[in-house]
Amino acid sequence: MMLVRWIEWLRAHLRAVVRVGYGVLALLVVADALPWLVDKSHAHTAAERLPGFWSVFGFAACTIIIFLSKWYGHAGIMRGEDYYDE
Amino acid sequence: MSSFWVHPALVMLAGAAVLPLVPARARRGWLLLVPVLAFVRTLGLEPGTYGEVRFLDWTLTFGRVDRLSLVFGYIMTLMAVLATLYGLHVRRVGEHVAAWVYVGGSLGAIYAGDWLTLFGFWELMALSSVFLIWYRGRPESLGAGYRYLLVHMAGGVALLAGIVLQYHATRDLAFVALDVNAPTAATYLVMLGFILNAAVPPLHAWLPDAYGEATFNGSVFLCAFTTKTAVYALARGLPGLDLLVPLGVIMAVYGVVYAVLENDSRRLLAYHIVSQVGYMVAGVGLADPDTPVGQLALNGACAHAFAHILYKGLLFMGTGAVLHMTGESRFTRLGGLYPKMPWTFLFTLIGGLSISAFPLFSGFISKSMIVAASFEDHRLWAGFGLMLASAGTFLHTGLKVPYFIWFGENHCAPAVWERARDPGWNMNLAMLLTAILCVFIGCYTPYLYAMLPYQPVTYQPYTSYHVAETLQVLLFTALGFYVFLKKLTPEPTISLDTDWFYRMGGRAFLRLARGPVNALDAWWGELYRRVGLEGLMRRARAAGWFDQRVIDGAVDGLAAAVRAGGERLRALQRGPVQESLLLALGVTVVALLGVVLVRVFLP
Repeated sequence: MMLVRWIEWLRAHLRAVVRVGYGVLALLVVADALPWLVDKSHAHTAAERLPGFWSVFGFAACTIIIFLSKWYGHAGIMRGEDYYDE
Repeated sequence: MSSFWVHPALVMLAGAAVLPLVPARARRGWLLLVPVLAFVRTLGLEPGTYGEVRFLDWTLTFGRVDRLSLVFGYIMTLMAVLATLYGLHVRRVGEHVAAWVYVGGSLGAIYAGDWLTLFGFWELMALSSVFLIWYRGRPESLGAGYRYLLVHMAGGVALLAGIVLQYHATRDLAFVALDVNAPTAATYLVMLGFILNAAVPPLHAWLPDAYGEATFNGSVFLCAFTTKTAVYALARGLPGLDLLVPLGVIMAVYGVVYAVLENDSRRLLAYHIVSQVGYMVAGVGLADPDTPVGQLALNGACAHAFAHILYKGLLFMGTGAVLHMTGESRFTRLGGLYPKMPWTFLFTLIGGLSISAFPLFSGFISKSMIVAASFEDHRLWAGFGLMLASAGTFLHTGLKVPYFIWFGENHCAPAVWERARDPGWNMNLAMLLTAILCVFIGCYTPYLYAMLPYQPVTYQPYTSYHVAETLQVLLFTALGFYVFLKKLTPEPTISLDTDWFYRMGGRAFLRLARGPVNALDAWWGELYRRVGLEGLMRRARAAGWFDQRVIDGAVDGLAAAVRAGGERLRALQRGPVQESLLLALGVTVVALLGVVLVRVFLP
């Protein structure tokens, strides 16, 4: 099937896919710094005018969510699947 | 008032009433026809007030049609079409009946013009939707269903108390916005009833409990109607209630936190309903009909509800397909399924990109309206909080769900792997149509924007800044996923939530009650034996004489007749008790509504 072959091609070239991914991330930050490309006149706060602000925000948000949630879960919220069984 | 006005809810309820009588050969046709008719009916509605019925001292209004009810009625019936198509092959007629009565309840609440009608349909939704959980047939689903019902009955009582207080104060039953600047006890009670159905923490635990336990098809219905009808009710009754803004932001983040911990794919999606409805609740809190920002917020809440119903339906269809085909929904028992279920993967991914608000997908044009409104209202904490939740949404629904089901380590048991393949044509078609709609809404903004309550919509989502902002947040979240993948590996656990209090509280109560109840029972038995039995024995001896000589002959004949009748009754009652309940409920509801609504056609 076409779709499966396509996925398998991507998996076979995983290193290249990851490298392209890094390239896209870098391009995004660069584009964010170009005023003629990304018009920041409607930004709500001063911090948002910094180039790559939302990149840092995105990565930080993701990290905080993962670590904070896991800490919370392991503090006694996560229990065995049979917890409610009598 | 027009002399002939068919309520869209009536189409669904009448369709549901007739369904059990439709012969099996024609059943699929009927299943496809009725929701389409209801959808076409909503397309033909014109703003106005219809279906007014005198009831005791009040005038009940069944059909209040305006821009707000139109957009919600449109998406609800559209979803009914898609969800019924998805479950077309389900043989249990009762499940379809329950789903349609549930849709009818939602439509009835949406077009209700007074509080009493709203309340009636509100309860109908809870009573009918519980069967979508019970039909799963597991012992766990029976418990989850009863908890669902009890929680919703409690919410219903709060709503009713609010309505009674409100009526007492104003002598007016019209379902219009309450004065949110001078909230009374009535305002808060109504709010309590509404936010329980909207799954605002700490009143949200019924949602993952129930939606994770419902049938594969039932969850597709459940995820659309209850919470979004509650969003409609909030938008109608409490727009601009300031308390809703912090509640909404807390919801958005809370759902995301629990989604990290969740091992069951459908429970994870359920927590993301909590998170996404948080945006809508915040949007309603920011609403104000007199300011551009307030209008943007309410438009955003409606747009997001519209988009959410479709992409969340699509996500529940995708994970429901995995559950239906493999019998498994936990990440720790799945993985590596992409060669087996590639199309289900693609559709689920489209749902994931839509909920994550990727440019060109539906969430992008709706979620951003609420975020923009909170920034423009100078509530920076709300704006940043909702952006934080956006990152979490992509992390889980866009990345974790597809990765740990279709890629990652293969944890499938041999039987699961053997059974896994893309589902039947109707499920695929339903997913395809929903996926097309998600992309269409994201690409062609006027389709959705032209339906929103406040016109014209000047908001423009596709600005260079907004696209750059969204892509950065989402793609750097993807980087985080890639970097911390090990940390995100699902664990075979369940997470305690606020339902712990009533689940364990109920057990503690039982244990406490067992002692006193047993003692009371023993004492009562003793009393009965001493007081009642003596006299009874004496009378029995006298009666025995009469009985032996006179009655026996007559009774023997009668007993034979009774036994035959009993046999017949026993055969009738062998079906599960839930099915009998559903039948009784369905017949009562349809009969009542039929009588009331028919009076509208024949005045």
